[in-house]
Amino acid sequence: MYRWFSMLGAWFIARLGRLGKTGVFFAHSLLCSVTPPIKFERVVRQIWFVGWKSMLVICLTAVFTGMVLALQGYPTLRRVGSEAFLGPLVALSLIRELGPVLSALMVTGRAGSSIAAEIGVMRTNEQIDALELMGLNPLRYLVAPNLIACLVALPVLASVFNVIAIFGGYLVGVRLLGMHASTYFGEMSNYVEMSDIVGGIYKSMSFGVLIAWVCCYKGYYCRFGAQGVSAATTQAVVNTSALILVWDYFITSLVF
Amino acid sequence: MISVEDLWKSFGRQEVLRGISLAVEPGEFMALVGMSGCGKSVLLKHLVGLIEPDRGRVVMAQKEISSLSRRELDELRSRIGFVFQGGALFDSLTVFENTAFPLREKTRLREPAIRSKVMSVLEQVGLKNTENKYPAQLSGGMVKRVALARTLVRAPEIVLFDEPTTGLDPIVSNAMLRLFDEVHRRLKLTGILVSHEIPEIFSIVQKVAMLHEGKIVAVETPERIQNSRNPIIAQFLSGSPEGPIEYR
Ligand SMILES: Nc1ncnc2c1ncn2[C@@H]1O[C@H](COP(=O)(O)OP(=O)(O)O)[C@@H](O)[C@H]1O
Ligand SMILES: [Mg+2]
Repeated sequence: MYRWFSMLGAWFIARLGRLGKTGVFFAHSLLCSVTPPIKFERVVRQIWFVGWKSMLVICLTAVFTGMVLALQGYPTLRRVGSEAFLGPLVALSLIRELGPVLSALMVTGRAGSSIAAEIGVMRTNEQIDALELMGLNPLRYLVAPNLIACLVALPVLASVFNVIAIFGGYLVGVRLLGMHASTYFGEMSNYVEMSDIVGGIYKSMSFGVLIAWVCCYKGYYCRFGAQGVSAATTQAVVNTSALILVWDYFITSLVF
Repeated sequence: MISVEDLWKSFGRQEVLRGISLAVEPGEFMALVGMSGCGKSVLLKHLVGLIEPDRGRVVMAQKEISSLSRRELDELRSRIGFVFQGGALFDSLTVFENTAFPLREKTRLREPAIRSKVMSVLEQVGLKNTENKYPAQLSGGMVKRVALARTLVRAPEIVLFDEPTTGLDPIVSNAMLRLFDEVHRRLKLTGILVSHEIPEIFSIVQKVAMLHEGKIVAVETPERIQNSRNPIIAQFLSGSPEGPIEYR
């Protein structure tokens, strides 16, 4: 009995310690992102990598998300006799929820995994130690640029996602199912408010920070060897994706 | 210049260093030899504060490593050149950029000055026409030479080389040893060289230390170590599989 208790206690303390470590890591990285010198070259490179290179996959997922929303939403709305509200349904669910969440999940899979792998390889090859021996702070070189890049890129990607998905909804709702384009877009502009858009942007900014934080952390404290890197990459993607969905609930209750 | 007192370090249940004491005088080059996996790299990393000991002290240039603030440690590290066993080159940068990196980041030198410095160091290590290649395109020996160039370009006072010649062909390896000797004499460096080049290494160092099972077996001049009657040293130098050293 006592042994179980002490094992549970040890497990709990280890967990708590790790939580503290991630917190300290985050605080340091944040500090490096807002104090000079900021490595602008690396920031731009990461924005290009996280943002621009995710564009294709974001557009592809967005158009189909919008199409399926309209395909499912239209008959459902018709049952209650309010198919005119397809536009607001599609737009609001995208802007408030699906745009930020789905784009964040896609970026996690595409960019988050390679951020974790890249930093993990730098850890195993002792490149991070080499930086430190040159008197340079690895967090400033490796983590801060990713943090800034994700913070900037995610809202942009989510906005692109929304626009394309609304267009996908138009394709199905108007072109396929025969709604009037003026109803689709007109009702949309009646019901979508600025606060929805701003809230969605805050959301995706917080997802950006979350992606950079978890993926960089996993790479930074990666175990040695190829196995360590592959484990770090997998954990980065799984943990980030799960955290995005959990955090999404809390931030929704906070900002909306 | 370099002094280690009673250093202990374990990783989990594995005791790697078990009471190491060692001193390197200013201007001295010391060879550190021992079986693979006996903790040579771990010992070197203690000297620059990359690994913290469980017990014991490390004093570099009259400063105790564990007592230094972040800034003092950075200042001390800027006087130490460390060549990692695997090179630790930045793979997103070319040979030139790798070598120029510490100058660009840590000095106010202008680009032309950096360029001439880097090119002269690259020439010294025999890598004149590879400056635009990436680390992934280099052979093992070239990686080690770039790592050496990146260290030398900062003009360190103390150098710690972790197997800088392992895996190189004999000609390049001897050329590297000659280069160390020349640099050592010219810049009056103090340093530790981890190496398996026996007996070539003996002609360029003043002391040889042998690490075995977490302890320093002997610190002697090269002549005395070559004539040592200690069976561990004798077996190691002869490279014979029979003797007191157990290997798996
Ligand atoms: N960071 C680490 N974590 C756990 N074990 C380590 C670590 N670094 C080295 N070791 C272990 O310490 C021992 C000595 O390693 P090392 O110093 O690299 O040997 P070598 O003398 O060949 O350079 C090895 O058994 C290695 O597995
Ligand atoms: Mg080693």
